[in-house]
Amino acid sequence: MNDEIKSEESRRDFLMKLSLGVSGISAVAVSIPVLGALLAPLLEKEEVDWVTVGATQDFKPGTVTLVTFQNPDPKAFAGVTANTASWLRKDLNGGFIAFAVNCSHLGCPVRWEENANLFMCPCHGGVYYHDGTVASGPPPRALSQYKVRIYQGHVQIQTGPIPITNLTASRKK
Amino acid sequence: MSQLKKIGLWLDDRLGYTENVLPLIRHLAPPRAKWTYVFGSATLFCLIVQVVTGIGLSLLYQPSSSLAFQSLNFITNQAAFGKVLRGIHFYGASGMVLMVGIHMIRVYIFAAYKYPREMSWVSGVILLFLTIAMGFTGQLLRWDSNGVWSSVVAAEQMGRMPFIGKYVARLLLGGDTIGGHTLSRFYSYHVFVFPAMIFGFVGLHLYLVFRNGISEPPRAGRQVDPKTYRAWYKNMLKEKGVPFWPDAAWRDTLFGAIVVLAIVAMAILIGPPALNTPPDPAYIHTVPAPDWYMIPFFSLFALMPPAIESWVIFLAPPLIVILMLILPFVSNKGERSPVKRPWAVFGVICVAIFMTCLLVIGYKAPWSPVFDAKPIPVTAIHGNQQDPVIQKGTHLFYIRGCEYCHQINGYGGFKGPNLTYIGNRLDIPLIKIRIVNGGPDMPSFGGTLSKDDIDALAVFLSAQK
Repeated sequence: MNDEIKSEESRRDFLMKLSLGVSGISAVAVSIPVLGALLAPLLEKEEVDWVTVGATQDFKPGTVTLVTFQNPDPKAFAGVTANTASWLRKDLNGGFIAFAVNCSHLGCPVRWEENANLFMCPCHGGVYYHDGTVASGPPPRALSQYKVRIYQGHVQIQTGPIPITNLTASRKK
Repeated sequence: MSQLKKIGLWLDDRLGYTENVLPLIRHLAPPRAKWTYVFGSATLFCLIVQVVTGIGLSLLYQPSSSLAFQSLNFITNQAAFGKVLRGIHFYGASGMVLMVGIHMIRVYIFAAYKYPREMSWVSGVILLFLTIAMGFTGQLLRWDSNGVWSSVVAAEQMGRMPFIGKYVARLLLGGDTIGGHTLSRFYSYHVFVFPAMIFGFVGLHLYLVFRNGISEPPRAGRQVDPKTYRAWYKNMLKEKGVPFWPDAAWRDTLFGAIVVLAIVAMAILIGPPALNTPPDPAYIHTVPAPDWYMIPFFSLFALMPPAIESWVIFLAPPLIVILMLILPFVSNKGERSPVKRPWAVFGVICVAIFMTCLLVIGYKAPWSPVFDAKPIPVTAIHGNQQDPVIQKGTHLFYIRGCEYCHQINGYGGFKGPNLTYIGNRLDIPLIKIRIVNGGPDMPSFGGTLSKDDIDALAVFLSAQK
């Protein structure tokens, strides 16, 4: 009699654990693809590409020009959001520097003010010199740069992520 | 018995209205819980408005990075009542933020978070932050250039988290850059994820009202003692309680309805915020700014000392959440009356003044360069207006960008000192030093301006007195 109760109890215990275990497995099975969608941006490798932004002679030495290009592998449903801009500076000696338009403070788009020879941010008043170093305001570090190369007489910029300033960024180079 | 009554009784028996629902509606509320108690339900009214108008908008809106802007234009300019619909959703959000804020202040000042309502406070804090998250993501769904840059700003803030910041930022944007995935992700958060959480926590928040009862208006000297409170409260209700509906709830209903009508009136009379330029991240001549309830934080980012800012961005939000969540556990008994808790009242007033100042200054944004400053007319300058050097200096002051930050006689920006009377403070050599070397918060112009230009500027500025 006692044995019967015992076996009944262990049977019920087993069934309870079975039901919880199987439910757990079913929940995990459903969750994995959902987590995949949630974490997709971290799972896929973003492509990097060299994009042509103009012929070298299109840019005058000593000027800063806004160039725009498409991010690599834009999705068909991205529309205009696939665009990125960069401030391309041609030095007097003919070298190129491509600055990110994003202020290093909080990412707002900086403007090149030619007569003042400064980059200025409309959001919180960050100001940078023509070489991208901080002139005044809250930016914790200089403007980011994209890699540039000259390829068959054309200026090419290496696409990259939106520069994200980290906690320990410093104005000192 | 009439047939109709029979059907009614059948439904009541099967659905359990009289047995289970009616007692909730008519549960006893403490007397004198009057007009100060209407803000929680007004928040709920706003939430309902947001759900209903949100559904309306989702019928017309295209949640895609490439098409959302066009569909917003369609909603605003073509769809029947579309403009009013957008307006109600916008002012509904403002109303909800406002009501949730007042509700929380009321609960704090009356110390209604004390025993046994700690979990009401905890769920309320979570709801407050969910409301803010809804406001922010909703503002992004207004996918013009402002929406695009707001998402970049959000990603930058996430980027300040140590180690994982870069990945959180990437997760938020749906990739390395703004792109096809950005908007649909914010849409999913705004329309499914956060609302689902809000429904859950609103359910808990309301359930707790029934579980622990509406807090009685505090009276100075009446202490909350966890050992005796429940019995005392039950007894007080038995003696003096009034049925929630209609004795107490008519005020909630009336006030909520007035709030909703005010929202609709503003939607019709003022209309939704105008759409900015298209969401092209390569279009940079835009001035991103959040909606009003985010402006105080926006101001704070401009005014904080840069050296501590990154740490504040990363540490302050979790710290504030933790402090708010532990409040009812460090202070869950004793006095509830604001008369006996002057520091609590003082704290609320300080925070309110602080936030209001940040809001007001945020609209003025004196830290931003004034890109559209007008040239100073010669008639507005001091000194010899015919002097060609002074005239040259005036012109340089404008075209070299000094006016973005400095003001002379009402022309120019606010970021730097007003220079209308600079000649009284600095002579020509000191002015030159300042222009060439710059200052702690001023660029140096030594490498940009010619000697002649600097001379002319210094002569012009020294004449301003």
